[in-house]
Amino acid sequence: MSTRQQAIALATLCRKEYYRVVRIWGQTILPPVINMALYFVIFGNLIGRRIGQMDGFDYKQYIAPGLIMMAVITNAYGNVVSSFFSAKINRHLEELLVAPMSNVTIVLGHMAGGMIRGVLVGLAVTAVALFFTPLPFTHPLITISVFLMCAAIFSLGGMINGIMAKNFDDVSIIPSFVLQPLIYLGGVFYSIALLPDVAQQVSRLNPILYLVNAFRFGMLGVADVPIGIAYLMMTVCLALLFSTCVLMLNRGYRIRE
Amino acid sequence: MHALSVHQLTKVYANGVRALDGIDLTVETGDFFALLGPNGAGKTSLIGIVTSLVTKTSGRVTVFGRDLDRDLNAVKNAIGVVPQELNLNLWDKAQNIVVNQAGFYGLARDRARQRAEMCLKQLQLWDKRNETARSLSGGMKRRLMIARALVHEPRLLILDEPTAGVDIEIRRSMWEFLRELNAAGTTIILTTHYLEEAENLCRNVAIIDHGRVIEQGPMTRVLTKLQEEVFLLTPREPVPVAPRLPGFEVRLNGPQELEVALPRSRTVNELFAALSAAGIQILSLRNRSNRLEELFLTLTERKGEASSPGRQPEPKAGSR
Repeated sequence: MSTRQQAIALATLCRKEYYRVVRIWGQTILPPVINMALYFVIFGNLIGRRIGQMDGFDYKQYIAPGLIMMAVITNAYGNVVSSFFSAKINRHLEELLVAPMSNVTIVLGHMAGGMIRGVLVGLAVTAVALFFTPLPFTHPLITISVFLMCAAIFSLGGMINGIMAKNFDDVSIIPSFVLQPLIYLGGVFYSIALLPDVAQQVSRLNPILYLVNAFRFGMLGVADVPIGIAYLMMTVCLALLFSTCVLMLNRGYRIRE
Repeated sequence: MHALSVHQLTKVYANGVRALDGIDLTVETGDFFALLGPNGAGKTSLIGIVTSLVTKTSGRVTVFGRDLDRDLNAVKNAIGVVPQELNLNLWDKAQNIVVNQAGFYGLARDRARQRAEMCLKQLQLWDKRNETARSLSGGMKRRLMIARALVHEPRLLILDEPTAGVDIEIRRSMWEFLRELNAAGTTIILTTHYLEEAENLCRNVAIIDHGRVIEQGPMTRVLTKLQEEVFLLTPREPVPVAPRLPGFEVRLNGPQELEVALPRSRTVNELFAALSAAGIQILSLRNRSNRLEELFLTLTERKGEASSPGRQPEPKAGSR
C-alpha cells in the first residue's frame, strides 16, 4: 500500500471516528458541558467566592484551565477506549485487520479520533468557562500545543486500555480508579504550594500535574512546575505510548490469536 | 498459478488445542472450492490464518504466489473475506460500512463511493443504503458483509458459512450471484454446513478433520468414494413389514416410508425391479441426505453423529 493509500485509509478512519463522536453527541459532547457548568456554579461561584484568590487569580479563573484539561483528558481517553474495545468485542475491528493498512495508520486513526472528541469537548467547555470568567490566554501557542498533546497522550492511553481490556469491567477500572484520582490530585482545584512539603513531592510524581500546570501557564501565565519539564514529560509520554500501541498491534496482543 | 497454496500449516492455540496439524492445500485460480469439515475441524482457523486474523504456528501460505509472511499487504489486497460470525458495526449505515471498507483498502473517496454503490446494487441492498446495519434482516446483513468483502475487487473471495440462517430464496439468489462472480474470474473458497450448497456450487473440495486434510480433489471424483446411497421411498399402499429384497438393505421407517441402502454396485433400476417383484409400487423417492453429506460422514467416521461431542471447540478466528 502506497503512502497515499495509507493517507486515504487514515482519513477514512478519522472520518469514521468523527462521525461516531458527532452521531452520539448526547453522550460525547453534552455531558462534559453540563458537568463544567455545574463545577463553575458550585466550586467557582458558591465555594470559590469564600476562597478568594489563588496565585493572584480569581478562584474561578484559576480552576478553569484544570477543568478544561480534565474534560479533555477524560473524553480523549474515554473515546478511544470505548471505540476500540467495542470494535474488538463486536468484531468489526476485523475490518481494519484484514485491510492492508499499517498498524501505525490504525494507531494514528484512533489517536485522531480521541483528539477530535477531546478538542470538540475542550472547545465546548472553554466556551462554558468563558461564560463564567474571563481567560487571558497569555501564551496562546503553549495553550494550543498542550491542549493537543494532552488529547493525544490520553487517546493513546485509552487505546492501550482498549487493546488490553477483556471485558467491560476492564474498560472502566482505569478511568475510575487511576485516571480520576490522578486528575483530582493533579492540581486542578488548587496550587500544590498549599500542600505540605511531603505532599508536594508526592504530587510531583503525578504526570497530570504537569499537564494541568502547563495548560494553566498557557492560559494564565502561572504554573507550579517548570514548563520545560512539562513539555519534556509530555513528549516522552507521547513517544512511549505511541510505540507501545504500535508494538501491541504488531504482536497482535489480545487482537490476533 | 495457485490462488491459494498452503504447505504444512500448523496452528496450536495457547490453550493447547491443535487446530491445524500440517495441512497441505492448493486452490487453483478461478476455482470454486469447498472447504468442508465438522465443527472444530480447523476450517475457521485456516481461514483466519489466510486472512491474517490468526497467527500461524508454522507452515507457509501463499496467495497468487505472494507469501503471507513476506508480502502481507499484497496478500491482504488479493483477499476479500466474509466471516462466519456477524462482524458489522451495527450502528453504522450500510453504505458507510462499505465505503469505509474501501477507504481502508486505500480507495479514494469518489472511487470508494462508486464501488460501494455497485456492490450494494449487485447484492440488492442499494435501497437500504441509509439504514443502520442493526435494522437489516439476517439475510441482508449477510449480503452486506459480502458487499463489504467485494468492494476492493479481490481476486480471491473467502466465504465462511455465508448462507447460515438465510432463507432458501435468498440463499438461492446468493448462489446465483456467487456463480456469476466466479464466472467473471473471482476465485471463491466456501465453507458451508449446507453440503448441498457445496455440491451445487463447487468444482473442487477439501475435507478437513482433526486439523488434517483427509480428502481433496474434484467434487465428482470425491463423490465416487461414496460406497452407498440411502433413499427414502413412499409406497402407494402402506407396508406392514420391511420387505426382503435380495441384495438391498431395507428398513421400515413407518407404514408409508421405506429406507433402502443402495450399494454403488447396484442400480436404481435393479432396486425398482426388486420392489415390483415384491408387489410394492412406489409413489416417490428421495435421498435420505445429501450425497456429499453421506460421504462426509463416511470419511470422517462420524456416521450417526449429528455433531462431534467431546471435541474441543476450535477458538474463533479474529479479535478476542
